[in-house]
Amino acid sequence: MTAPFGYMAEFRTPEEVLAATRKARERGYRRMDVYSPFPVEGVAEALGFERTSVPATVLVGGLLGAAGGYVLQVGLNAVDYPLNVGGRPLNSLPAWIPIMYELTILIASLFAVLGMLALNGLPMPYHPVFNVPEFARASADRFFLAIEAADPLARLENPREFLDGLRPERTWVLEP
Amino acid sequence: MADDAAPVREPVLQPGHTLTSVTARISEVVLSGRTPRAWSAALGVSLALVALLIVSITLLLIRGIGIWGVNGTVMWGFAITNFVWWIGIGHAGTLISAILLLLRQSWRTSINRFAEAMTLFAVASAALFPLLHLGRPKFFYWLFPYPSVFGAWPQFRSPLVWDVFAVSTYGTVSFLFWYVGMIPDLATFRDRARGRFAKVFYGVLAMGWRGSARHWKRHEVAYLILSGLATALVVSVHTVVSLDFTAAIVPGWHSTLFPPYFVAGAIFSGFAMVLTLAIPLRALYGLQDFITMRHLDNMARLLLATGMIVAYGYMAELFTAWYGGDPIERSTHLDRLTGTYAPVFWLLLFCNVLVPQVFWSRRMRSSIPVLFGASILVNIGMWCERFVIVVQSLSHEYLPSMWRTYSPTRWDVATFAGSIGLFLALFLLFLRFLPSISMAEMRQLVAARPEEGGS
Repeated sequence: MTAPFGYMAEFRTPEEVLAATRKARERGYRRMDVYSPFPVEGVAEALGFERTSVPATVLVGGLLGAAGGYVLQVGLNAVDYPLNVGGRPLNSLPAWIPIMYELTILIASLFAVLGMLALNGLPMPYHPVFNVPEFARASADRFFLAIEAADPLARLENPREFLDGLRPERTWVLEP
Repeated sequence: MADDAAPVREPVLQPGHTLTSVTARISEVVLSGRTPRAWSAALGVSLALVALLIVSITLLLIRGIGIWGVNGTVMWGFAITNFVWWIGIGHAGTLISAILLLLRQSWRTSINRFAEAMTLFAVASAALFPLLHLGRPKFFYWLFPYPSVFGAWPQFRSPLVWDVFAVSTYGTVSFLFWYVGMIPDLATFRDRARGRFAKVFYGVLAMGWRGSARHWKRHEVAYLILSGLATALVVSVHTVVSLDFTAAIVPGWHSTLFPPYFVAGAIFSGFAMVLTLAIPLRALYGLQDFITMRHLDNMARLLLATGMIVAYGYMAELFTAWYGGDPIERSTHLDRLTGTYAPVFWLLLFCNVLVPQVFWSRRMRSSIPVLFGASILVNIGMWCERFVIVVQSLSHEYLPSMWRTYSPTRWDVATFAGSIGLFLALFLLFLRFLPSISMAEMRQLVAARPEEGGS
């Protein structure tokens, strides 16, 4: 048998999985994750995951969209193909606003979605947690806590014994 | 309102539901494989209309827009009326999803997904019309700034070019918002599907979502930001559409009132369409526990509120035409009240101003037939409003020698009916194959219920 990917425990309620996560973190586990059918308040913080870079990504996208919209319109209507409409200045910012506004939103939204997916590592067709058939309920009504075998503390003690001590419904060894 | 003193308000989710029951109930709509007979019948009718649409478009491509009733004076006709109407309908989806999310209105949860789908399909139906109306639709891509051998570029000072950017951004962002919200539910379908094909289909769409706490955190943040962006977008789209009109000097169009008036009308017609779709949907699939009378009641209130804004718009439009003292504006508006298209104008006043007033009464807001009937009338009224703005204004320009009427041909009507069929067919397919209520958000509602109290 190859070395396992990690160990996983199943809980019935969001409160139980939150308490278990806090205990695991106090114990010293770091490489772990919680799987739940909806975002459980406080779990990400209990895992030590406080900040995400999604907002910064969106800001970059928005700025690129606004700047891109400006450059596009000035470049095309004032530089490459100057078009005199009613004697107005060639580079007339008020007329550029609507398209800059739309492109800001468009590029920021694309960055929000693609950034979120990229940071989450999705699409990811395979993950060891899917080896447990009961894990199907992680998308319905059960909550799972998984500790990776690569965790420094997992080399010193058996995480499965620790997980069993948290009084879960069940525990498993995760095949890689 | 008098109803504030009402005893107990209907809940947003009927009591007794657990995480398990919510998931099972919503996913069985799709995964049980049972198809209600009414669904098949409705799809049959819709597909027949789609066939009519295909015939009309084919004929249009062969013969040109001469098959429509448009002429050199009233050159916009049904096509632009339908475009503005459909785009407006889309607005309620984004409003429910984005603005009500930012305002933390928990009642949006069960209706946001299908309202977003409605937005997408309405935008799809809308986008057909300007393309077909181009006359030479094969050159539609000339509207985009692509490096061409002509050496010419789009004219970025034109509201018609703004429109291309606004509508395509709206379509894209609405799709992203809809899809991102749906990823966790697609994962649920993947895990619950029985057939091999369904597992693979939903598995690919879910992209390997496994509900990791870190993923949820990023997902929540991204979704919240998207809703903020969509909020900024929803007020801009119909504003830009209205600029197509106001930037022209046609009497009846050239008014600063148009942008807010169009946005209010858009939201008004969108909520009417959400009601029109929600009422049969909850009956068809027995989803009364999730789409409760509370939802219908709230939507009726919103119809009343936005209807009042629209009514103010009509009043302000007539008032400024009279008070402004411009004889041409006055003549156009007088023609609106008494001329060829006066019956349409009075019908729109009846549908959009009078009909929503029934919703002051709590009893009317809790009567399904009244809600459904009123929502249909508002849809009709809003279409008439677009028709009056587009056709009547163009038919009555500056000089009597420019006055000319427009009447639709059978192909105008066929194309419009076909676009309704396209919208309904897409919506029915969505109901059958995708999660029409957000399960992840319903689970949050279930989990949060003890603290939620009476609100």
